[in-house]
Amino acid sequence: MTQNQTNQAAANPVMTLLYDKTVRSIIYQILVFGGVFLMGWYLVNNTLTNLEQQDIATGFGFLEKEAAFGISESLIQYTPESSYGRALVVGVLNTLKVSITGIILATILGTFIGIGLVSKNWLLRFLGKTYIETFRNIPLLLQLFFWYSVVTNAFPSPRNALNPIDGVFLTNRGLYLPVPAENPVWTAVLIALVAGIAGFFLLRKWALKRLEATGEVFPYLSVGLGVIVAVPLLTWLVSGAPTELNTPELTGFNFSGGLNMSPEFFTLLLGLTVYTATYIAEIVRSGIQSVPKGQNEAATSLGLKPSWVMRLIILPQALRVIIPPMTNQYLNLTKNSSLAVAIGYPDLVSISNTTMNQTGQAVEAVVIFMSIYLSISLLISLFMNWYNKRMALVER
Amino acid sequence: MFKTLTSTAAATALSLTMVATGAQAGETVDSVRDKGYVQCGVNTALAGFSAATGGEWEGLDVDVCRAVAAAMFGDADAVRFTPLTAAQRFTALQSGEVDVLSRNTTWTTTRDTSLGLNFAGINYYDGQGFMVRKDLGVTSAKQLSGAAICVEPGTTTELNLADYFRANNMDFEPVVIENTTEVTAAFFSGRCDVYTTDASGLASARNVSAENPEDYVILPEIISKEPLGPVVRHGDDEWLDIVKWSHIAMIQAEEFGITSDNVDDMMDTDNPGIKRFLGVTPGMGEALGLDEKWAYNIVKQVGNYGESYQRNVTEKLGLERGLNALWTDGGLMYAFPIR
Repeated sequence: MTQNQTNQAAANPVMTLLYDKTVRSIIYQILVFGGVFLMGWYLVNNTLTNLEQQDIATGFGFLEKEAAFGISESLIQYTPESSYGRALVVGVLNTLKVSITGIILATILGTFIGIGLVSKNWLLRFLGKTYIETFRNIPLLLQLFFWYSVVTNAFPSPRNALNPIDGVFLTNRGLYLPVPAENPVWTAVLIALVAGIAGFFLLRKWALKRLEATGEVFPYLSVGLGVIVAVPLLTWLVSGAPTELNTPELTGFNFSGGLNMSPEFFTLLLGLTVYTATYIAEIVRSGIQSVPKGQNEAATSLGLKPSWVMRLIILPQALRVIIPPMTNQYLNLTKNSSLAVAIGYPDLVSISNTTMNQTGQAVEAVVIFMSIYLSISLLISLFMNWYNKRMALVER
Repeated sequence: MFKTLTSTAAATALSLTMVATGAQAGETVDSVRDKGYVQCGVNTALAGFSAATGGEWEGLDVDVCRAVAAAMFGDADAVRFTPLTAAQRFTALQSGEVDVLSRNTTWTTTRDTSLGLNFAGINYYDGQGFMVRKDLGVTSAKQLSGAAICVEPGTTTELNLADYFRANNMDFEPVVIENTTEVTAAFFSGRCDVYTTDASGLASARNVSAENPEDYVILPEIISKEPLGPVVRHGDDEWLDIVKWSHIAMIQAEEFGITSDNVDDMMDTDNPGIKRFLGVTPGMGEALGLDEKWAYNIVKQVGNYGESYQRNVTEKLGLERGLNALWTDGGLMYAFPIR
């Protein structure tokens, strides 16, 4: 019997191969891959056929056509004569503007509240908890509608603008701030600032090297920050200290000149910051609490100053716990910025919507903005993963 | 295991092919008939044209949908409404989410061609205007340079606005909000100096949505032509015919002087044109693939164009017939011969 079976298997090498573990797994993988590929091909093909059947225009040629619609705020030069492609770039930049500002502000606010949550002060803990439970549990879209109606209804019209400080105007058209008038000196100051920051890092490198070699401590943090402030300040003083300002002025319907923060941008930024900060606060709290108490006690018993304990012992360990979930929050904030469409901030989705409506090329417009969101998210992930690796425990 | 996989794959591939070949001409009429109602895309909230008051959809645009339902099923209530924003409407129609779009949509070349749509007629001749708060003291659109202007995205309004300001060398700050309710709320809260849309839409916002209509004025300039009408997608000419002639039947009924009240008496008339229209003399229904009483049902259940206009536009918005009067009264409403 056994002899017989072996003979059969030998007689049928295909069957033998099929029962081979490696071969089988390769076959399955090819099948799965083929299935996915066929599905994708079918979807694309079907879409194209249907679009053609319904006489709907296809292709990306529309990107070069004149957009012919206006956009309220833009970081680059844009007029209705510009192309759809340029309008989309305006949208991307507006999305990046609100996301980056939001990420920075939410991190700062969230960290403060997170520290408040582990504070020994009962009131601070209570306030932090209340804040988190309130804003985390209301849908962001509703919060945006709420803030937008507050901003547009609570502030006066431009003709009756609030004027808390000279040159600063608060209206339902946004916040108007004076900015330094155009002057080549400011470019020099900007260069000086970059140089100052580079100087800070050089100083830090040198100080740490010296610490390793000699054990002598150099207060690079305070000196370095001094350098960052002093270098641009000196540049400004040396080049004549221009103080001329470009102040907003009421002309006709509205203010012109100065810097304007629109109610839409402000609302979106406020909504995103307040909402995301609740999650960040919890992440920071859990990060701090994840460091064993013994670490703190051991560091203190070695005679380290409390500020050093925080900076050198607690924070580096807490950050390892904090960074991965923080990446999620940064990604969420960026993706949530697409809710801008509800309150009229001209972000990528808002402009893509208009584009797809005016051109009728919905599939192309959706493909474009989805790939842009994907790229932005992947870039954030990439950066955060790199940072995470840097902060991760190095085992020696 | 291997066998199961292959057979599943084969079954999937087969069902997918069947889906792919499902799209054919005449499919809209068939699918509407199968499901027993017309799915109609309307404005989310535009008093006089389409607004849900007390759970019922009412308005001039809504009546077009009801007329199509009356023609198809003999029942004007065999219609379901999908409220759509300006930006959603074409995708909803193209993808088959709605069978007909009756949402104050302007007939333009681009929409007629590269969006793959067909306009079935014009049920309202309009033009774009501007509304401002009275206390601004503005009397002409030429004084609006630098103003913040509330506008809905994805509309011809948005494009005309940019064109008009470009042509007159003026600047403006667009405040673009998708939902009609939200955009008027932003205007009334003072976020914008100006609200721009079709003149009928301005009247609707001023007379119905504003707390105090006296505080707002509509500027005299009408900067564009906005022929508004029902739209269907390419690919089903039979369906286009039904929507087109349902709309024309309402105008023709007004020309004949047939109203929802006297339509039953009119059945006894000697006028051959009216007999043909009401299906007393058969033929028209058959030509459209409908019941012979299709036009009778429209007039009986929805009313003629004049009745619909009076009920929705004149009474709610206080707008006169103007361009929308019958051609015999100096307007543009002109029914093609039903014969």
